[in-house]
Amino acid sequence: MSFEIEIVRRLGDTRIALTTSVGAGATVLFGPSGVGKTSVLNMVAGLLRPDTGRIVVAGETLFGDGVDLPPERRRAGYVFQAARLFPHMRVRANLLYGAGVDVDLADRIDFLGIDHLLDRWPRSLSGGEAQRVAIGRALLSKPRFLLLDEPLSSLDRPRREEVMRAIEHVRDVLKLPILMVTHDPEEAERIGTQIVRM
Amino acid sequence: MLTAAEWEIVALSLKVGGVAMAVTLPIAFALAWLLARIRFPGKILVDAAIHLPLVVPPVVTGWVLLLAFAPNGPIGGWLQDWFGITLLFRWTGAALAAGVMALPLIVRAMRLSIEAVDRRLESAARTLGAGPARVFWTVTLPLSVPGVLAGAVLGFARSIGEFGATITFVSNVPGQTQTLPLAIYSAVQQPNGDALAWRLSAISVGLSLIALVASELLTRRAGRGLHVL
Repeated sequence: MSFEIEIVRRLGDTRIALTTSVGAGATVLFGPSGVGKTSVLNMVAGLLRPDTGRIVVAGETLFGDGVDLPPERRRAGYVFQAARLFPHMRVRANLLYGAGVDVDLADRIDFLGIDHLLDRWPRSLSGGEAQRVAIGRALLSKPRFLLLDEPLSSLDRPRREEVMRAIEHVRDVLKLPILMVTHDPEEAERIGTQIVRM
Repeated sequence: MLTAAEWEIVALSLKVGGVAMAVTLPIAFALAWLLARIRFPGKILVDAAIHLPLVVPPVVTGWVLLLAFAPNGPIGGWLQDWFGITLLFRWTGAALAAGVMALPLIVRAMRLSIEAVDRRLESAARTLGAGPARVFWTVTLPLSVPGVLAGAVLGFARSIGEFGATITFVSNVPGQTQTLPLAIYSAVQQPNGDALAWRLSAISVGLSLIALVASELLTRRAGRGLHVL
């Protein structure tokens, strides 16, 4: 199984609960706003602690059974709704932040088409460019799996297509397990190998 | 223009202000970080205590320093016994007084800039494999640098203008503790001291103006730097 998730967390008056066990490919968490889809991703990434439960990804326990790995040891490639690029670093430094060593950028993220952006500052990028850099940054941190939080929501149609293709490449060619949140049925259909309704 | 003795006053003021900042900045940053990021019982009291020098009469701060650092005081006695040093009537004492008086201003500026750092960027860094220390050095600190510098410049200006606590704590000793404001005070008390008072005051105003403009520019830059996509 790629993701085995059994979590409960209370946030104010909202109770977020999810129990699911899914196989390889891309799993889409689908549902209306406010049901806690992003909180689920945050719990898998280690940014939010479940009250109870367990999280196992690709056979490794990230949380539960006495384990609670800090985010930096979970090796989650997390692409947030807003790209969250570091504003004080150029694109190249952003990409290399999680890579550890000076890797061959051209070879690794060729499919994202961001080679010409390497010396730019994040504030000068368009939404689609920023989101592709964010995907590249997550992939270069050598993740075991990818978490995508509505990565297309802030983009116009042509830009959505660019980023959608990049995600399909990660799913089909790099074969990383993906957990993606969306409330767009079309995106869910196209990206999701399986869909979990919340 | 200024005589050699007057230049010495300016140099002493810059030295006192510089050393006060060098010692105060790390302490101020730690306090600002504590106030900005950590919840703990009694936080409001710690916050109030840090801001006290801003509101109590400076002569009170100077007197408390005098009681604490006098050779028979709790800290002064310890410094004398263990290291054989005293801060009384020394420029180091003037730097201490200046640092204490500037501390609240610096902490305020730094706290605002630490609070303005987007915590979501720190979360992003954690998911990319950075532990808390690396996140601090590579994300939190660089993004709060403009505010830290603005606080430092403002604190430096406050330091070289320090009067009340300094004269109470370390007196007005030419060549040791007589910084610009103390020298101006002495000048206006002398017959025919007006010309000297004018010259030193002009330097004081000039230095303060430069510091305020620099601090304002850095603060504006801090606002721009926090633009996050």
